[in-house]
Amino acid sequence: MQASQNTITIDGREIPFTAGQTIMDAALAAEVYIPHLCHYPGLPPSGNCRLCVVEIGNRSAAACITQAAAGQEIRNNTSELNAARKALTQMLFVEGNHICPSCEKTGNCKLQAMGYYLGMLEDHFPYFYQRRETDASHPDILLDRSRCILCDLCVRASREVDGKNVFAIAGRGTEAHLIVNSPTGKLADSTMETTDLAATICPVGAILIKEQGYRVPIGQRIYDQHTIRDIGLQEHATKKQEEK
Amino acid sequence: MANPYPHKYPDSRSGHLLHRLYALQEQFLHISPESVQQVAAEFNVPVSQVASVVEFYSFFYTQPRGRFHILFSNCTSCGYLLQEQNLMLMLCQQLQVTLGKTRQDGLISIDETSCIGMCDHGASLLVNGVPITGLNPDRIAQIARRIATETPVADWPTEWFAVHDTVHQRNLLLAEQFVSGSALQRAFDQGAESTLTAILQSGLRGRGGAGFDTGKKWQFCREAPGETRYVVCNADEGEPGTFKDRLLLHDHADALFEGMAVCAFIIGAEKGFVYLRGEYRYLLPHLHAALKGRRKQGLLEQHILGHAHFHFDIEIVVGAGAYICGEESALIESLEGKPGIPRIRPPFPVTHGYLNQPTVVNNVETLIAAAHITVHGSAWFKSVGTEKSSGSKILSVSGDCQLPGIYEYPFGVTIQQVLDDCGAQNARAVQIGGPAGRLIGAADFHHAISFEDVSTGGSFLVFGQQRDLLAIHCNFAHFFAHESCGFCVPCRVGTQLLKCHVDKIANGRGTAQDIAEMKQIGQLIERHSHCGLGHTAANHVLDGLQHFPQTFTANLQQHFTARFDLDQALEDARQITQRDAAAHLD
Amino acid sequence: MTTEREINPRIRIATTSLAGCFGCHMSFLDMDERLAGLLEQVEFNRSPFTDIKHCGPCHIGLIEGGVCNAENVQVLREFRANCAILIAVGACAINGNVPALRNYFDLQDCLQEVYLTGIGVTNPQIPNDSELPLLLDKVYPVSEVVHIDYFLPGCPPSADEFLQILEPLLAGQKPVLSQSRLHYD
Repeated sequence: MQASQNTITIDGREIPFTAGQTIMDAALAAEVYIPHLCHYPGLPPSGNCRLCVVEIGNRSAAACITQAAAGQEIRNNTSELNAARKALTQMLFVEGNHICPSCEKTGNCKLQAMGYYLGMLEDHFPYFYQRRETDASHPDILLDRSRCILCDLCVRASREVDGKNVFAIAGRGTEAHLIVNSPTGKLADSTMETTDLAATICPVGAILIKEQGYRVPIGQRIYDQHTIRDIGLQEHATKKQEEK
Repeated sequence: MANPYPHKYPDSRSGHLLHRLYALQEQFLHISPESVQQVAAEFNVPVSQVASVVEFYSFFYTQPRGRFHILFSNCTSCGYLLQEQNLMLMLCQQLQVTLGKTRQDGLISIDETSCIGMCDHGASLLVNGVPITGLNPDRIAQIARRIATETPVADWPTEWFAVHDTVHQRNLLLAEQFVSGSALQRAFDQGAESTLTAILQSGLRGRGGAGFDTGKKWQFCREAPGETRYVVCNADEGEPGTFKDRLLLHDHADALFEGMAVCAFIIGAEKGFVYLRGEYRYLLPHLHAALKGRRKQGLLEQHILGHAHFHFDIEIVVGAGAYICGEESALIESLEGKPGIPRIRPPFPVTHGYLNQPTVVNNVETLIAAAHITVHGSAWFKSVGTEKSSGSKILSVSGDCQLPGIYEYPFGVTIQQVLDDCGAQNARAVQIGGPAGRLIGAADFHHAISFEDVSTGGSFLVFGQQRDLLAIHCNFAHFFAHESCGFCVPCRVGTQLLKCHVDKIANGRGTAQDIAEMKQIGQLIERHSHCGLGHTAANHVLDGLQHFPQTFTANLQQHFTARFDLDQALEDARQITQRDAAAHLD
Repeated sequence: MTTEREINPRIRIATTSLAGCFGCHMSFLDMDERLAGLLEQVEFNRSPFTDIKHCGPCHIGLIEGGVCNAENVQVLREFRANCAILIAVGACAINGNVPALRNYFDLQDCLQEVYLTGIGVTNPQIPNDSELPLLLDKVYPVSEVVHIDYFLPGCPPSADEFLQILEPLLAGQKPVLSQSRLHYD
């Protein structure tokens, strides 16, 4: 019984946790991958993408915002949950403009990599054909809202790590979109810089640093060579900051 | 009035952030980028926060609306469809205005909005925020005439604005006369501890529908560490088909405020909020008068009823059109001057609520019940109801019945009994708990209204034999797609997809594949969403498929159909090339 | 179908490019010498490889490109009516891809920019000949117009990937694209 005082079980594997850790924290520390798009270790969790939803007993909970508690028996890597994750990924694909061959981020895009990981062959759902505004005002950074998946990572990175609060999400429902915290609402009039974590944390091609797009050829990019699982188990916001 | 916590927002000298925005909009007919910057400076918050608030709430506009601004309810009971007649389009035509667009001269704008809580009054609208009920083609013509002649709304016939609260059944709460101060005096006499014990023993559970034990909630809040505590009344009655709070706020405001004060006394709060839905803004003068009366009687502010240590006051914050703010953590976000996005729970509001302090959020009916329990004791309350659902429940009955209105029953009343009483002997189905609730067919009318059987916040929509259930599903699917806050993927995208499929079936292009998709999407929204809105948004479709499958299958295509209208997709090109006859696709 | 195969044992395949660039077809031809082996098992019906104008009864149809005009719709329907198995090949067929970038503009604005006001336009006029099929308001994925049995993503899918989906089908099995081959670009 003492062993289960500070362990949870994920897909039958016993995993230790410390007080205050979420299921996601404990899983990543034990190199157990729970698919996620809106979570980045080192930033406060949000819980909006819902890919990390796992089953604990007979209830569902998002691993990134649910505290680990002794004795939890968690199902994660099941065909039902992965099918739901694939459907959520497809929902994000049809909601925005995710045309990989025309996007600089291809090969480095987590949404795309999640599609690969979950065996997504097509987008399945009807397209929304949403039109959202592009902001190319900043000399070094491009904001293409049509690719934004509203994961809130740039919002949190800017606020928590960069100390700038450059971004917010406005609008309700499918009208939700990223806005810039500047008098004109333009990125050029914000304090955003290419060295900000917010400039590089975007999982998709919504925030791009200009004039870098094709330095690495297609075919040799991150997710051309690694799975999102491999990368996801290594990521941490402080590590990412040190890289620069 | 001095703000007791001047260092904390969203109160500033200009009042609440939502109120400031409302005032600017009243002045300029919209909220301009300049206004957004001005408010951000006044409240010392980021421009992006104000901008996100403006864009979140349906009743804030970034483009000027008309000097006469009309919002038709699109509810299945108080909506603009009257026996196949579309009253909204009728008014648009008569005033030559495009739906959703302000007329060129700035005189008039017309749009639709979610249920405005006039379901027992037939087709209804809000004109500059004030409800007009009982609409018919004749009334529409009269309204059009007054707008065309620019007659101020204040000069329109007063009887148009009459809201009659018809109570058909009274039980514990509505039969009892409440004497101002009686509950507080009783609470002072017996002490906070014993008063809480009475609430706990009464078995009172939240009347919003979720049914959390009220006494326990108060106890948790009382015991939670914090600098201060708050009591919040959730008067954001947004579930389509619910209007009982309209009656309670109008006729029982005193009991409500007293219930809040009793709660404050028990948990140790000095400040309370009533979060009033924007659709009920017209009740604001009445509520302010009631508060003023209580202040005069020494029932609010400092040393209430001469008590040495108990000080408490209530502020009313008016929402701005967002169903999600009925979710308690979204409501608290809105109180804090932010978009109503539900928080991560736990922590729950009882420990981390308004401004991160322990907060009780209760429904209007719950707080009124608490006031009565304090006066009459727990045994009085437990004398009616069922084992796990003590007391009574106030229902808002509307739809295809002879006697729509307010009905208060002991918990445990059967659906059939309610139908018999409201004159709906031949009902086909009832939607209990609104679109987020359950669709119930005649085979299940023997079930009882209670937390252990069929739970409801009060909405009771009756659908007769002639009612087109598919149109109901379309209405509900559009409602959730419109009201989803957009925070999480399954609800934000899933509610839109459900809407697409239901519409496709209603348009006669649906196939068996659409039905399979609806089931899967529905289950995904139900299981994977962040909050209660998502968990319940697909209920109506899943219930419909189970209990009334023929609603969806009656008019299906046998073979695959395109997801969109191919011929319509050529219309632009036909216009541009003027080659009409040549090219059509069936 | 069985009796037919006894007479003519080769699998009939039709291919077409709708709103695409024929890049998927070019990639198909990258099979190089493996094409010879394939051709022992299959024969091509309507296809740019054969110049047959209309699709006859086929076992497999390969669709490259999205649906951008009325003719695309008719061709796609012809394929669906005649092919037992219809496969959406490449990013354009699956999600519209680059041609679908026009979806973010109104058709009128698009034509105006391209044929009237764009930089370097001479003799500006919007082409309007009865021979030209009418454009749809948007470029649509093929799956929004007809039922699709299998999807082969990539821009383009490689020759290996074509074989990976065709070989099991020729053997009467269900194709599964291996995860390591999956790419959308």
